[in-house]
Amino acid sequence: MISWLDIIVQGFLVGGFYALFATGLSLMFGVMRLVNLAHGDFIVLAAFAALALVQQFNISPLLCLILIIPLMAALGYLLQRLILNRTLGKDVLPPLLVTFGLSIVIQNFLLLTFSADSQKLPLGTLTTASISLLPGLNIGLYPLAVLIIAAAVIGALQIFLYQTKLGAAIRATSDDATTIRLMGIDNRHIFGIATALAFAVAGLAGVLMGGYTNFSPASGPQNLLFGFEAIIIGGLGNLWGTLLGGMVLGVAQAIGAEINPGYQVLAGHIAFLAILLAAPRGLFPRMAG
Amino acid sequence: MFLQTKSLTAFYGDFQALFGIDLTIEAGELVGLIGANGAGKTTLLRAITGLLPAGPDSIFFNGAPIGGMRAENLVRLGIAMVPEGRKLFPSLSVEENLKLGAASGRQGAWNLGRIFKLFPILEERRHAPATKLSGGQQQMVAIGRALMANPTLLLCDEISLGLAPIVIAEVYRALPEIRASGTAIIVVEQDIAQVMRIADRLYCLREGRVVLQGPAQSMDRHEIAQAYFGALA
Repeated sequence: MISWLDIIVQGFLVGGFYALFATGLSLMFGVMRLVNLAHGDFIVLAAFAALALVQQFNISPLLCLILIIPLMAALGYLLQRLILNRTLGKDVLPPLLVTFGLSIVIQNFLLLTFSADSQKLPLGTLTTASISLLPGLNIGLYPLAVLIIAAAVIGALQIFLYQTKLGAAIRATSDDATTIRLMGIDNRHIFGIATALAFAVAGLAGVLMGGYTNFSPASGPQNLLFGFEAIIIGGLGNLWGTLLGGMVLGVAQAIGAEINPGYQVLAGHIAFLAILLAAPRGLFPRMAG
Repeated sequence: MFLQTKSLTAFYGDFQALFGIDLTIEAGELVGLIGANGAGKTTLLRAITGLLPAGPDSIFFNGAPIGGMRAENLVRLGIAMVPEGRKLFPSLSVEENLKLGAASGRQGAWNLGRIFKLFPILEERRHAPATKLSGGQQQMVAIGRALMANPTLLLCDEISLGLAPIVIAEVYRALPEIRASGTAIIVVEQDIAQVMRIADRLYCLREGRVVLQGPAQSMDRHEIAQAYFGALA
């Protein structure tokens, strides 16, 4: 009995990672209707950037975040302004093709620079520390911290989007990217800011993930897939739903892994498909209006 | 000359919608723009606001060429539009919609308090989602949102569309006060009687060309009908 509770709790905790993977994706899709197929690869890119910093300067990966998050935000802004804005229009295909191409470019760049070896950011005992809730039920402090960070990031984003002027401009741009220009606001700049935010979260996600699981240049698409599934399970456009979607995915994977370690990823996909069939708009679709 | 278009042309892809429009408006003037559906009225407004590309020397504002400038920069110069269909932001409350109108940072007589004085019902509904309001109230939000930019030129595209006559009267009652603040106004309108009552001058468009223009007072209905529909035997 307690072992099943343990499995479910561990699954819940992993949901924090998936929510962080998904938040950037959700933001970019929400504001620009742009599906960034390279999102997972940018997460992995951030992890490798942290690895390079750690190896070069022998500092803690968490310290790297001070540098990685603003760098990723800047990269996101420039990418949006210089490349992605040019792909936006009535046709949905160009952004898909361009971000798919970016995904391949990043994977090969990482392969050339860092080889195909699996890597992990050195966090020492931080990732193995745990607290015991009940006999037989231990909670890893690191995934718990990641879950709390994910909730904090989503909470902060909500406050930003709903309480600030710039947040209102972003929501308005999401509603109507043409009419926003009649307010004297450059929609290209708002798009850039949305992507900068998305990439800042991707940078955070990459470093946190890199300290917890192995990653390699080919890990990107899997992160993308988990992010997508968390979004769809939770309901499109609802960031808190995404967090819960990530938890559902994590629990399904944990149960699958318990039955047979080979079923871990498969169980997540099955849960995703089952929820898609039962509730095509996700568990917590955004209220209308 | 406050605003002047010179042989202005506009295209949607390969389709030419405007064929050399010459239009002028003086500071503080109220000009009516009439014409049947597809005559090019909305296209003309979209070209003036920069939402449609225009040749550099085809539009002048305060003597400076503004053709081809981006819409967001034209707002900062003082050109605001109440777009056709209102185009309120559904995710935002009434107040948020209005405040966004001031994003260009232009100073002037119009602020949230003055908009609420002009349309008191909006103050009552300020926290409601903008698109939950009635059609007339939504139109008031759209007008208020444009005024928040403190424009010197306000373009109103079919502000009576889909509204009940009593509501239209209420919306139109705001225009004299807007003029009194020194703002020039171009009104696109299907209801010719309505626009003849308030406009100084009228332009009638047909198939992307100006087919009639002159002071609103001196035009007779027969002349307008002929310009509106083309040669009537």
